[in-house]
Amino acid sequence: LQLDFWLAPRSPGYPVDVRVPFPSLQPLKAHLEANGVFYSIMIEDVQALVDHEQTEMLRSSRRQLPLSTNTFDYATYHSLDEIYTFMDLLVAENPNLVSKLEIGRSTENRPLYVLKFSKGGTNRPAIWIDTGIHSREWVTQASGVWFAKKIVLDHENDKGLASILDKMDIFLEIVVNPDGFVFTQTQNRMWRKTRSRHPGSTCVGVDPNRNWDAGFGGPGASRNPCSETYHGPYANSEPEVKAIVDFVKNHGNIKAFVSIHSYSQLLFYPYGYTSTPVPDQKELDQISKKAVAALSSLYGTNYKYGSIITTIYQASGGTIDWTYNQGIKYSFTFELRDTGRYGFLLPAKEIVPTAQETWLALKVIMLHARDHPY
Amino acid sequence: DIDDVGHKYHLELVLEDVLDKDSTVNCTAEVLYHLGNKNIAPAVQFTIEGELKNTDEADNIFYSRIKSLEKELVAENIPDSHGSVSPEMEPIRLLAQVASGYVIWQNSTENTKFQLAQIKHVKQVKRSDDCLEFDYMILLHEMVSQEIIPWQMTVLWHPQHGVQVTQDSCQPKHALE
Repeated sequence: LQLDFWLAPRSPGYPVDVRVPFPSLQPLKAHLEANGVFYSIMIEDVQALVDHEQTEMLRSSRRQLPLSTNTFDYATYHSLDEIYTFMDLLVAENPNLVSKLEIGRSTENRPLYVLKFSKGGTNRPAIWIDTGIHSREWVTQASGVWFAKKIVLDHENDKGLASILDKMDIFLEIVVNPDGFVFTQTQNRMWRKTRSRHPGSTCVGVDPNRNWDAGFGGPGASRNPCSETYHGPYANSEPEVKAIVDFVKNHGNIKAFVSIHSYSQLLFYPYGYTSTPVPDQKELDQISKKAVAALSSLYGTNYKYGSIITTIYQASGGTIDWTYNQGIKYSFTFELRDTGRYGFLLPAKEIVPTAQETWLALKVIMLHARDHPY
Repeated sequence: DIDDVGHKYHLELVLEDVLDKDSTVNCTAEVLYHLGNKNIAPAVQFTIEGELKNTDEADNIFYSRIKSLEKELVAENIPDSHGSVSPEMEPIRLLAQVASGYVIWQNSTENTKFQLAQIKHVKQVKRSDDCLEFDYMILLHEMVSQEIIPWQMTVLWHPQHGVQVTQDSCQPKHALE
């Protein structure tokens, strides 16, 4: 019968565990029943369990750094080292399109990297996309990685993207908050803020999305260092924020700015710090409507849109309020999947669908920016 | 607005079965947030059009499985960092979602929006009667403040008697570390 005993027979009264090859199942059952021997099934299908374990092990043993962006697993969450390695690989594989810039250092002295996608020119009008400003929002960094690869894959064959890159550059910062990100992987999966320390408090970190110089310190942020929405001692106190501020000011030609968060499935335009509507409200609202429709068209994912303050809550010192006030008209923030069932702990299998649908919305924004120079 | 009483909301909503997106049920509800004493849970009245799905079979399978465990169930981090939930833990998570719904209701105001973020720890408690009892430590995510709030809740369940939260208490933030 080829029975494989996992708990060997001992003596009467002691149970026995046995793995039974499929063809032997019936004969064995018949034999046991005929002899009044009680049995129960512990595992229905051993092979299925083994297969499952294999895939799980491959996932976790793939903790060797990636070797190429073609074998990189986009459907799983990665460490900071893996993401930084991915960036270098992408640049090495596409030196004529992609370059990596270091725009500053985090509180814990980690490099802050931005990928630049450019087909040439000098200081072309540009689109900025960032992910991972809040470290626990893992689907965003993972989507950022996917976007980077997508740009490389499509930059010639996709008419829309090709035409965008003919006129504009794309800047992508995948991990805005690397200190926070590492902390979510080593200590506390729910960490949101940076990891800066402040005299007078044992609490760590500033909310990087309350630290920008737009309504800074006003209602919609906290002055308690222990709070998740602590705005920090002063605007741009966080090196992660200052680096982007300096970059944007020095570049001087950014035309669209998209900052990506999760979760809630929302698309926002400014303002968050005040209920005064932005002058370009009508246009931004129309773009949002189109972007959300494009996003939905792929998997039916529902998004709402509007200004930050009317759609979610008052929030001061936010990224896109500052960028809009700098003159970057097309300033948007996304809150990606889901709406709370998994929240920050979005299953890895949703990474790629989320990135795919979001990309369609991003393209709407980028195409609009391309077609409406200012 | 109801002067001196509070704010009343009339809602028309669609309930969707988390396990079967095509299974929906219309619902109307009235929610009254009390002025003044914020420590009272909002009053809720609702009617459901039609019936909720029968889950007897799945309930009984889960119940038998837990009852036949040799040692009390213990688990942590559901879902894990990557959003994974093992099949055996799925009912434990669903139970937590239902029970946390009660906790959230009891602690909601017009300015809060709570979600269950994660089960940090769950421990089955032995009982002499037929009910299953679980001691959960959960994390609630409050959307407006963005805070993650650890919360302890003791949950009773029986296929015929439904879910009961017999005890719950907010925990200090450091309960996380």
